[in-house]
Amino acid sequence: MCSLALFPPPPAPGDVSLYEFNNALVSGRLYETLPLAFQDQLADLPVLAIPKETLKAHSRLEHSTKPAFIHHQETLWKRCLNAWRDVGMCGLLNEIAGAEEEDLQWMKRGSRWALALCQWVSSLHGSLFPHLSLCSEDMIAEFSQAVDWAGCSIRAFAWHPHTSKFAVALLDDSIRVYNSSSATVPILKHRLQRSVAALAWKPLCASILAVACQSCVLVWHLDPTSLSTRPSSGCAQVLAHPGHSPVTSLAWAPSGEMLLSASPVDTAMLVWDVSTENCVPLQWFGGGGVTYLAWSPDGSRVLAATPSAVFRVWEAQMWTCERWPTIKGRCQTGCWSPDGSRLLFTVQGESVIYSLSFSEYSGELQGQVGGSKTASIVADLSETGFETLYGEERIGGEVHSMAWDPSGERLAAVIRGSPEAAESRTIVAVFRTRNSPVFELLPCGFLQGEPGAQPQLLAFHPCFKKGALLTVCWSTGRISHVPFFFVSAQFPGLSPRHSPVAALSSSASVREQPLFSEL
Amino acid sequence: MRAGGDEQRVLLRQVLGWRVAASVAWSVLLLPLCTAAFISISSIDLLHPIQWISNSFNDWYTSYAIFCMLLLSVVILIISIFNVEFYAVVPSIPCSRLALLGKIIHPRQVIHSAVHAIMGMLVAWCAAVMTKGKFQFLAVPCTASESLDGAVQHMCLNEYHLFLLLSGAFMGYSYSLLYLVNNMNYLPFPIIQQYKYLRFRRSLPALVKHSCVESLYLVRNVCVAYYFFGYIPRAWISATTDLHADSKLHPLDTLTGLLDLSLLYHTWLCGIFLLITWHIAWLLFKIYATEAHHFPVQPTFTEETDQCLPKILNSNPPLIIKFLALQDLMLLSQYSPVRRQEVFSLSQPGGHPHNWTAISKECLNLFRDLTQKLIMQQEAAATNGRVKQPSAGELGRSLISSEAAVSEEMSFQAQKSNVSRAHMPSLVKSSLLPLKTLSTSDLGSSFGSPFSSPALNRQAGILDLNSPWHGSVQSPHVMRRGPKLWTSSSGWVSFVDLQMNGSHQESFPVISVARVGNEAIQPSFIYTWLQNKQEQVRSFLSKRVLIMYFFSKHPEASIQAIFSDTQMHIWALEGLSRLVAASFTEDRFGVVQTTLPAILNTLLTLQEVVDKHFKLPHASSKPPRTSGSLMDTSYKTLRFALRASLKTAIYRITTTFGEHLNAVQVSAEHKKRLQQFLEFKE
Repeated sequence: MCSLALFPPPPAPGDVSLYEFNNALVSGRLYETLPLAFQDQLADLPVLAIPKETLKAHSRLEHSTKPAFIHHQETLWKRCLNAWRDVGMCGLLNEIAGAEEEDLQWMKRGSRWALALCQWVSSLHGSLFPHLSLCSEDMIAEFSQAVDWAGCSIRAFAWHPHTSKFAVALLDDSIRVYNSSSATVPILKHRLQRSVAALAWKPLCASILAVACQSCVLVWHLDPTSLSTRPSSGCAQVLAHPGHSPVTSLAWAPSGEMLLSASPVDTAMLVWDVSTENCVPLQWFGGGGVTYLAWSPDGSRVLAATPSAVFRVWEAQMWTCERWPTIKGRCQTGCWSPDGSRLLFTVQGESVIYSLSFSEYSGELQGQVGGSKTASIVADLSETGFETLYGEERIGGEVHSMAWDPSGERLAAVIRGSPEAAESRTIVAVFRTRNSPVFELLPCGFLQGEPGAQPQLLAFHPCFKKGALLTVCWSTGRISHVPFFFVSAQFPGLSPRHSPVAALSSSASVREQPLFSEL
Repeated sequence: MRAGGDEQRVLLRQVLGWRVAASVAWSVLLLPLCTAAFISISSIDLLHPIQWISNSFNDWYTSYAIFCMLLLSVVILIISIFNVEFYAVVPSIPCSRLALLGKIIHPRQVIHSAVHAIMGMLVAWCAAVMTKGKFQFLAVPCTASESLDGAVQHMCLNEYHLFLLLSGAFMGYSYSLLYLVNNMNYLPFPIIQQYKYLRFRRSLPALVKHSCVESLYLVRNVCVAYYFFGYIPRAWISATTDLHADSKLHPLDTLTGLLDLSLLYHTWLCGIFLLITWHIAWLLFKIYATEAHHFPVQPTFTEETDQCLPKILNSNPPLIIKFLALQDLMLLSQYSPVRRQEVFSLSQPGGHPHNWTAISKECLNLFRDLTQKLIMQQEAAATNGRVKQPSAGELGRSLISSEAAVSEEMSFQAQKSNVSRAHMPSLVKSSLLPLKTLSTSDLGSSFGSPFSSPALNRQAGILDLNSPWHGSVQSPHVMRRGPKLWTSSSGWVSFVDLQMNGSHQESFPVISVARVGNEAIQPSFIYTWLQNKQEQVRSFLSKRVLIMYFFSKHPEASIQAIFSDTQMHIWALEGLSRLVAASFTEDRFGVVQTTLPAILNTLLTLQEVVDKHFKLPHASSKPPRTSGSLMDTSYKTLRFALRASLKTAIYRITTTFGEHLNAVQVSAEHKKRLQQFLEFKE
């Protein structure tokens, strides 16, 4: 088992983690140059800073046009009819209960009782699943993969699975698409695009982006050759399903045929055939909703986390599932190894990483998920003190989000400091991993941003040739790319063609570390 | 031919037989549950719940109920037989209202409706008997005391019972009509594979809700119909059975008679019961029939040869078998490495890749047929005077070249020679052929004027009677082709066209005769005169609202009709592209490499044509909003699914092969296109 005590101490204050080379994380002042052989690799990746102040806040929060009109007293029946049409049964009851007419005492009393009964039932439901009493913005903030969804300027981030292109969802509900090979930055805005919780690019496709919004899923069809910076909202498909909002997580099938969407309010997750806008709900009561989805890269299984202390793993052929109760809290995040045989997940309230292995997928065992009997702990991330030249630093806590690089050699995790201790901070820890023949998790180092910046989101570049490239979004609105240069053991073809340059400057503190593995 | 037909019937029975049997068995097994629920709810008594529950327990096994259950089982059996007889994997979409009308009065549909009406009446009778109370019998003792001697009880007609029976017949007939209008005979294949039980459970709430709402509408319609025409069956029954209406009670075809809450409630319940039991039978058949079937790729025994996948794909089996085979191809290419290995294997003596050749040939044939169909449709649209598409012929040429590539066993020399030979698209040739044989005079004007020679039109079947005529003299080579898509979908549409032609002809019998004599002398004068007349007739007809109402063709419907069988192409695309992608690592003998140029050519050509189709003026680029109801309307959006899976298929091949594709021999134009796909710019 790997623990934080084995990690090299975090970089000195003021230093920024730049890259990994020769098995050591190198940090230094900003804009320090990369080793010559690798400079051209990153030259065209945009490094951005989107501070919160530059974003315009909403001008109007109200959705309906009602406040724009002068109030006008209509007859009760008409108002009831309108309320029924706009809000439904609850609105109708409210309207009757609040009516000023004198002659309908019994109806008013009846509707008041009915309303009270409704509230009682919903409070009972809410006491079973406390998250249902949250308002939708709070719910998204609670279940989002971003550390500070409500306050930070960057809310969601997604790399395109095949090209050097990424999309960023911002605080003002707009989405920007950056492309390393073109200067145009399309800005996507839509009437329904509010409170974006997740983004996902369609695999095996040039430019289709799915956006999880407050009330629906938007699917943007962008023309990759277009020079327009404001694609019209006609380019967006709206996928809505009653009772399925807010949407907090999305996952495309790696083969690009289907899209999964999940909402913490809906017990069913939806399988969308996006081109025809048909959906199939996969209902499974218990758990009270689905908060987070992760489709394994080989397409065989899907992790579905719920707001209560249980998560499910679906197999993606016959769509049956295995149920995994956790001990302490809900499953916060999870990620799959590239071959889909291993799932790493973390649980709220515990500062450890669990691992769950699955039998090799051969396709012939229909309708079996094939998970092992128990999950094992592979990393202990409880709070640890580091003695540095600048004083003691305390690092450790729950894991908020994780990302595993496509070659399966690096794992990055955002570790949230415990809220009680003031000096413990949120930090990105990077592990070296190996999946075969035995699973190994070795410490690599901590990543540090500019002073005062907290990590917000993590994502690995899907096709970085010289190792792995981690993109970190910081709370200051900065998006930086940290390359890890190494020779992949599984895909030696992807290794750098140049021979490794000699060891670099002394800023890297290389310590000899014992090898630890799961077994 | 005969033997082949028998073989296929055996195959159909083998594949579909047990599915039908199982679905019927399950729907009959579910019948007691529905009946018990119906009995309980129909005698609901909220004030005395315990008494109600014990009473309904007792009612479940009375002799009446058991007899009704047996009778209902027979009804379900007959309904299932009709489901099996009428199912279709390719929906038939009427392009105009007249075509729909034609479908309704088609003898097949009439039988369907009549039987369903009778079955509805039977169900209503069972419901009436099980409901008890005032509904139970047709003849009841009169309440009137006017019969003088009390010993002889007069029997009177129970109008409630009659109302229930008639509403049952009406509901059965409406069900049959809705079955036709909603294309309920269409078997939609699910987008994800799921176990049958889960699929059934998922659809059940929607089924119940739909039945309740539908029943409400039906009750309304029954009431309206009975209010106006109720006296006819009542009088008839009175006359034949010598039962008279009770004079003390309100007759039911009055407002006060119909506003009987208990009557409405029981009619509504009866409708729900009927619709739920029939819909369950229908749903179960749908679920069983669309379940994936496992065809062996390589026969283990010689008698299995007819059932293995390549053989079935290459023969011409019933459509459902072909659909299941293509679905199985898609599944095996996605999930089963072992079966993929069988596809890539070589035959034992000889070492030929028979399996792969058969599968890829069939898939490519499907794509080529679709390409041809789309080109024809686009040309038609172009000649309708809106879009000109000069490249259609050129597309056809590249299509032919790719066709040649396969038919000549992928030898490139042969392909080149074929390209030079086939510089004229085949479809142009075929459409010109009947004209040449028919042409009595070689004057272009006689061809162009659409209604001047209806006989010619009818035989060629391609001239558009609506196409405007602009040029004075044109050679047949540039002749405009009519919108064939209207006539392609069903016989009734062509009937419509004939009718139109006929009406034109009748208007000017003399003129057309005169024209034949004179046209050699004064073609232009005759022509302009005819043109004026034609315009007049058309404007005259189009002002008649009723005619336009029936004859106007819905563009959306005709586009749907072209793509109605596209589910096959979608599966073929997915299956073929996954197999090609898998061959990158799994194909040990390199059998796929030989077909790769042909596959790429065909896919890129199809992609071009599909792209063009979506740029046509009347083609919407977004699927229409679908309501999540019980009725499946997925056939309306198949073209969007085709577009998406075509792109995904090409991307799947290009991302797997990457730069290696530069070594594949394709035309320069396609090479450019491939490069765009490689750069993710498509």
